[in-house]
Amino acid sequence: MIKSLKVLQHPLSDSLNQLALLESERDSSQSSFKSKLEEFGLFPLKTSAMEIFQINMGKMCNQACRHCHVDAGPDRKEIMSRQTMQLCLKVLKNTEDIRTVDLTGGAPELNPDFRWFVEEIKKLGKHIIVRCNLTIILANKRFNDLPDFFKLHHVEVVSSLPGFTQDRTDRQRGDGVFEDSVKALQMLNSVGYGQEGSGLVLNLVYNPAGAFLPPSQMALEKEYKMELSSRYSIVFNQLFTITNMPISRYLDYLLTSGNYERYMDKLILAFNPETVNNLMCRNTLSVGWDGYLYDCDFNQMLDLKVSSAKSQHLSEFDADVLNERKIVIKQHCYGCTAGSGSSCGGSLTDQV
Amino acid sequence: MDNHYYNAKDLSKFGNIAEYQKELADKFFSYYGEVFKDSHLTAKEKSLIALAVAHAVQCPYCIDAYSSDAFEKGYSEAQMMEAVHVASAIKGGAVLVHGVQMMNKVKEIGM
Repeated sequence: MIKSLKVLQHPLSDSLNQLALLESERDSSQSSFKSKLEEFGLFPLKTSAMEIFQINMGKMCNQACRHCHVDAGPDRKEIMSRQTMQLCLKVLKNTEDIRTVDLTGGAPELNPDFRWFVEEIKKLGKHIIVRCNLTIILANKRFNDLPDFFKLHHVEVVSSLPGFTQDRTDRQRGDGVFEDSVKALQMLNSVGYGQEGSGLVLNLVYNPAGAFLPPSQMALEKEYKMELSSRYSIVFNQLFTITNMPISRYLDYLLTSGNYERYMDKLILAFNPETVNNLMCRNTLSVGWDGYLYDCDFNQMLDLKVSSAKSQHLSEFDADVLNERKIVIKQHCYGCTAGSGSSCGGSLTDQV
Repeated sequence: MDNHYYNAKDLSKFGNIAEYQKELADKFFSYYGEVFKDSHLTAKEKSLIALAVAHAVQCPYCIDAYSSDAFEKGYSEAQMMEAVHVASAIKGGAVLVHGVQMMNKVKEIGM
């Protein structure tokens, strides 16, 4: 299993080095994301409504994927404390507009307070999404009952599966991941997830295993459904296609494989102004494992805190101030506006 | 050698052919776009056909474009190579089947 950039003391483990690279002028044809938004009258980018609270419960993960923008892995020890979770619960209780809580990581289930946190959030009547990497369900006996736990709390499960074949999945996520993912999906199906009429939602995420953009979400979903059903009798609700962001380990992959320039050009060339209104940073607030606030998970990994100086941490949360904030943008934002657009909920525009 | 006939960067300038004849270029690109849409064949299937044809016509721009496109649409390396073999078999077959014409001629003039 690969080691995290942090443990390797790799220069890219420092977000400042990543930003310096992303912001450096590569050639005269490159336009900044800011100037691109200005060109279409879309600057400054502001929030629409705070509807989703995306909480990173820690960087610890049982997997170490080659594209991971979190630089997560078994060698990362940063996880959210119960004290910080209590701050989250306080904010959620006082902010009715936030209807959905999206739990991510790392593998959020590895946090020892994960189940307690889910139960407490549920008491507040919020819809919960868990970004489950699937293999965690089989990683240890104590996680085998996760499908039942998710069912009990009516959690929406969103899981990565970058291909319906072993080759593509294992290349990106590590040896044996596909086989375990199939088993985990079958376990989720067996308690009702993805089954018609069950009300238990199981969505899958595709992201490219290489230096390219995702294909049409609609066409790929159709293919996934057909292939997973015929090969493994697996059913699911929706497929979300997500573009890989030039951040952290994926940025390292782009550089070492000689694809960085071409990939950035591709993202910039594919800028689609129609995606901007639906960008997830407009209705989501991202919370770090240590309680700091960001416009999105990607800004979090680049340590770009929200612009509202008076409300950058859960302990000083002020919904009014945050709702008026300008979203912090840099060159990596081209990743969310390329082609059909990209978000944690998949593409942002209707596709042919 | 500084000069060469093919430059990978020229692929992104394909649209520039409209500078000299816009009407025909517009018609071509509109037709091209329609051809590759999902219809009785999926866009994915068409991509693999295009990859095979690109090899048959030995167009380096098309090979670059459809190697990327077919891989991005989910074909494996083995599937893509099999498509190239299909192109090769047809090209090879096209040469060999003319052997019959050669035989016909030889039989016509030979004693």
